[in-house]
Amino acid sequence: MLVLDNVHVYYGHIHALKGINLRVDVGEIVALIGSNGAGKTTTLLTISGLLRPRQGRITFDGHAIDHLPPHQIVRMGIAHCPEGRQIFTRLSVMENLRLAAIHRHDVPGVQRDLERVFALFPILAQRRRQIAGTLSGGEQQMLAIGRALMSRPRLLLLDEPSLGLAPLVVEHIFRVIASLRAEGMTILLVEQNAYQALQLADRAYVLETGQVALQGTARALAENPAVKAAYLGG
Amino acid sequence: MLTPTYLAQQLVNALNLGSLYALVAIGLTMVYGILRLINFAHGDMMTLGAYLALGIIALLALPVELALVLPMLLVAGVGLLVERLAYRPLRGAPEVAMLITSLAISSLIQNGATMTLTAQPRPVRLPSQLAQRIAIGELSLAVMDLVIVALALALMVALGVFVKRTTIGIAMRACSENLRAAQLMGVDVNRVIAIAFAISAGLAGVAGVLWSGKFGLVDPFMGFVPGLKAFVAAVIGGIGSIPGAVLGGYLLGFAEVLFVAFAPPGLSGYRDAFVFALLLIVLLVRPAGLLGQREVNRA
Repeated sequence: MLVLDNVHVYYGHIHALKGINLRVDVGEIVALIGSNGAGKTTTLLTISGLLRPRQGRITFDGHAIDHLPPHQIVRMGIAHCPEGRQIFTRLSVMENLRLAAIHRHDVPGVQRDLERVFALFPILAQRRRQIAGTLSGGEQQMLAIGRALMSRPRLLLLDEPSLGLAPLVVEHIFRVIASLRAEGMTILLVEQNAYQALQLADRAYVLETGQVALQGTARALAENPAVKAAYLGG
Repeated sequence: MLTPTYLAQQLVNALNLGSLYALVAIGLTMVYGILRLINFAHGDMMTLGAYLALGIIALLALPVELALVLPMLLVAGVGLLVERLAYRPLRGAPEVAMLITSLAISSLIQNGATMTLTAQPRPVRLPSQLAQRIAIGELSLAVMDLVIVALALALMVALGVFVKRTTIGIAMRACSENLRAAQLMGVDVNRVIAIAFAISAGLAGVAGVLWSGKFGLVDPFMGFVPGLKAFVAAVIGGIGSIPGAVLGGYLLGFAEVLFVAFAPPGLSGYRDAFVFALLLIVLLVRPAGLLGQREVNRA
């Protein structure tokens, strides 16, 4: 479904991604793990079109997307739930959700997706008129995921959905991710919490300094001594 | 001297000036909110509007209503064009590049108008229905004064509804909070920015028409000082905030008129100095302006 072929990205002179090769197939959850600065977020931003590869190719369903502007990539069916949530704090919950469906003209479809988001996160329905900046951290993360779903993506990019959240909320978020997969959503998940990511994912890539250091099924990686030592706390 | 009539007259003047500053400040604040661009060419959109109105009335002899609507639409078109040709190619360049470009556009308009139309100020002869005066008790109001306030208020209400209710309005607010996240949500930011420029320029254009009607003159540099004052108004209100621009505009209008009305006669020439002093005081107390939000990190 999504293929990154030898993708190189630079920030000015800094060579951030050094030839990433990566594949996500329909219906999979693929995890990207690795330490800070390994290039996980950069990889997602490049897929979404906010960063441009200087070299290499990104294809989605066989179409090259590495030169499309971000809003067209969203229209093709890739939604990005960014790191640090980045919800619009001055807009209401409802406005955040409506905005993410801005390009869709099928009103009944948008309404159905809205109800689906409210079913996944009932608290958002209660707070629909509230200004998003006044939500708790967990509620903001739910809004961020809900907002990404409003474009009805086929591929969901999730960047650190558990960051800075209480364990109970993290559990809820991961349950939602699992239920999205059960509905057939394909997910590329970036996580610091490697243990949780590997439990949920089918396959995973370990990034180190802008390169894929290891890859394989999540189960195999979870058993890999090097991964255990570096990311799973021995 | 301090009769109720005099006071009422001054209040009318203040409402007039405040309405005009507010119209111009809104456009500055909208564009700044999204692009972090201080658009120095914004005041010159007033100049364009004023010349267009003059031409429409004098040369084409069209009705007065069209002299308001057509310049607004045409200047909005100029705003679109400038954004497309001058600012869009600089997207992603350091913000100072756009700032300098806006200075260039400003001098292009000022000097272009000087070369083609001469620097000679042209008198505006108000059509009779606008020049009429209405007496309310001892107070005598020009119809023009009422038109300025009513039209400004109507435009501001319309803009408020647009920004609050429509999807493009929501997108505009989202873009001004976090441009990158808006892109990730599928917002076509080029479209939003183009619309913001068009509205911004259109409002300045109509403000220019009203300004020239009120003060009776059009010249190539007429937009410069009101543009600067509108910038002060936007900063006082909290740059990036539309309600802030409206508040700042009226505050500035009132402060300026009341200063001139009540300061000792020798000091009224210092009105501009007074305006800037006011800005300093507001910024010392509230660095983000009255309704401004602290800048979020846009890394």
